[in-house]
Amino acid sequence: MPEIRNYTLNFGPQHPAAHGVLRLVLEMDGEVVDRADPHVGLLHRGTEKLAESKPYNQTIGYMDRLDYVSMMCNEHGYVMAIEKLLGIEVPERAQYIRVMFDEITRLLNHLMWIGAHGLDVGAMSMFLYAFREREDLMDCYEAVSGARLHATYYRPGGVARDLPDSMPQYEASRFRSKADAGKLNEARSGSMLDFLEDFTDRFPGCVDEYETLLTDNRIWKQRLVGIGVVSPERALQLGFTGAMLRGSGIEWDLRKKQPYEVYDRMEFDIPVGTEGDCYDRYLVRMEEMRQSNRIIKQCIKWLRNNRGPVLTEDHKIAPPRRAEMKGDMESLIHHFKLFTEGFCLPAGEAYASIEHPKGEFGCFLVSDGANKPYRLKVRAPGFYHLAALDEMVQGHMLSDVVAVIGTQDIVFGEIDR
Amino acid sequence: MNRNKLEQLSTSLQSIAGISEVIADVGEITAVVSPDNLIEVATALRDQHHFEQLIDLCAVDYSQFGATEWETGGSGFSRGVEAGSVGRLSFGDEVPEYDNDQPRFAVAYQLLSLKNNCRLRLKVYAVDNEFPVVPSVCDIWSCANWPEREAFDLMGVHFDGHPDLRRLLTDYGFVGHPFRKDFPLVGNVEMRYDPQKKRVIYEPVTIEPRVLVPRVIRNTTRREATDDSAVEKGES
Repeated sequence: MPEIRNYTLNFGPQHPAAHGVLRLVLEMDGEVVDRADPHVGLLHRGTEKLAESKPYNQTIGYMDRLDYVSMMCNEHGYVMAIEKLLGIEVPERAQYIRVMFDEITRLLNHLMWIGAHGLDVGAMSMFLYAFREREDLMDCYEAVSGARLHATYYRPGGVARDLPDSMPQYEASRFRSKADAGKLNEARSGSMLDFLEDFTDRFPGCVDEYETLLTDNRIWKQRLVGIGVVSPERALQLGFTGAMLRGSGIEWDLRKKQPYEVYDRMEFDIPVGTEGDCYDRYLVRMEEMRQSNRIIKQCIKWLRNNRGPVLTEDHKIAPPRRAEMKGDMESLIHHFKLFTEGFCLPAGEAYASIEHPKGEFGCFLVSDGANKPYRLKVRAPGFYHLAALDEMVQGHMLSDVVAVIGTQDIVFGEIDR
Repeated sequence: MNRNKLEQLSTSLQSIAGISEVIADVGEITAVVSPDNLIEVATALRDQHHFEQLIDLCAVDYSQFGATEWETGGSGFSRGVEAGSVGRLSFGDEVPEYDNDQPRFAVAYQLLSLKNNCRLRLKVYAVDNEFPVVPSVCDIWSCANWPEREAFDLMGVHFDGHPDLRRLLTDYGFVGHPFRKDFPLVGNVEMRYDPQKKRVIYEPVTIEPRVLVPRVIRNTTRREATDDSAVEKGES
């Protein structure tokens, strides 16, 4: 029998299961992983350094590009840090809109995760189902901000504009008949809230659909049950947050424990795992989707009945309305100063964090009183999860590495920053 | 965090030896610790005060703190075109030496206690500006491994006792610490494929640095007027 030696395997950075640009150097003993050394930074763009050279409001767009599958949540963490240092209040309607879009973003993220995770583990069709629903949610993004992914919708002091009264429509073309377009436009005839409500009525059925495909699926369970087990103590030590922490059985959710915006008025439950393996984390995220759907419904109900401003009236921070500028000198000056110089934050430090779909997303802001951040540090949840990859895969087979990468829900935009 | 909890926490922090200063601002508490006491204080915080999680670790370079490019005081305005920030540095520029007595580098640790549901920021100023060293907290919170590597990579802060202090985010063979304030925003080198040499080569950057909005400091009193969550206004 030939002698089996340890050897080093290079996984990625162009591996389809590496979720982007992960280069993983694996030390293998046969097919068992001895040590995993992730090499990250291939997507490092120096976001934090770029932020130091720009006025505060010009960095919001960079935040979208951190975790590029949960765009608005990143913006939320950033604008909250600014609001904390400025000490300004956000109008109530804007808070509801933010909560609603945070949850839409959570669905977007979890749908992307289930699609990619399924694809990695071998459930090809999940990707197609998940992207069908993502399409509708991205239409909501488009309706409020004009962009399907990088919205730049949140602003210090509120959101950029109110919810629109109409949805973008499909048009008949060479590839789509008039009847097909009409069918697609049925739900789009009303306002954005009507469209979203129609979606939230449909969505629990969609989650059921995914669950029939996966939850009791023999192959799915064989690939996930007992893989990448993390004990609660280790999960705390390793800096896990979000679904990774809850999967290990610790009930911790910033939306409940340190509520921001109007989460304290929302009714929802926190799913918690028991075993701390990949399968539990899968179940936790599936349940989170149902809970997010519940929160969106409550927001829609409130937003329908209550109107009001969505952006602070403080024109040192938010631009005045276009019409006001035409006749009012003061407004014109405010507009000019805001877009040429930005606004200054009082000197100080603040750390603001939100429950991002992947865990705790935080922004640590150091200001010296200037119109640009002195130092901005982004706390990306995926960074800490990936750092624990070595510990999670030790002793597992090579194919389990893929399952663990999938369960960590890794996106390199936020890890490399 | 509410006001009671903040006060409770700041009084309980007074009992820990080694914390030199406790600052409360915008509803957050910062405890300043010297590098020599860091390990004891961190251990005490984890074991006696239930700060089970290290949420984040951030290195800060204070060498340009308060520097502006645009004077707004006195009579009239300057044009704001004089170089004065990293945005305008380019390759080969002379960078003024940092000759202040104040410590240049600091490391901020964001701690979270799940049991007491509160947060705390630890702040450590490295003593030596030329060779900043801070003890590693990897043995106290295992997740400090990567953030410390990142801080070493980007800011050049060394962590004494770290098991594996390699660069993390920058390219293999990268020179310098890019997040330091004296490192130009446009970088020092750029790379391209050279068809003659048939390999990728590094050259000095050709990008012109530019600043669209000059850095300006204005005295704003906004937060004092509206914020009631802060216990007292911080010094920083």
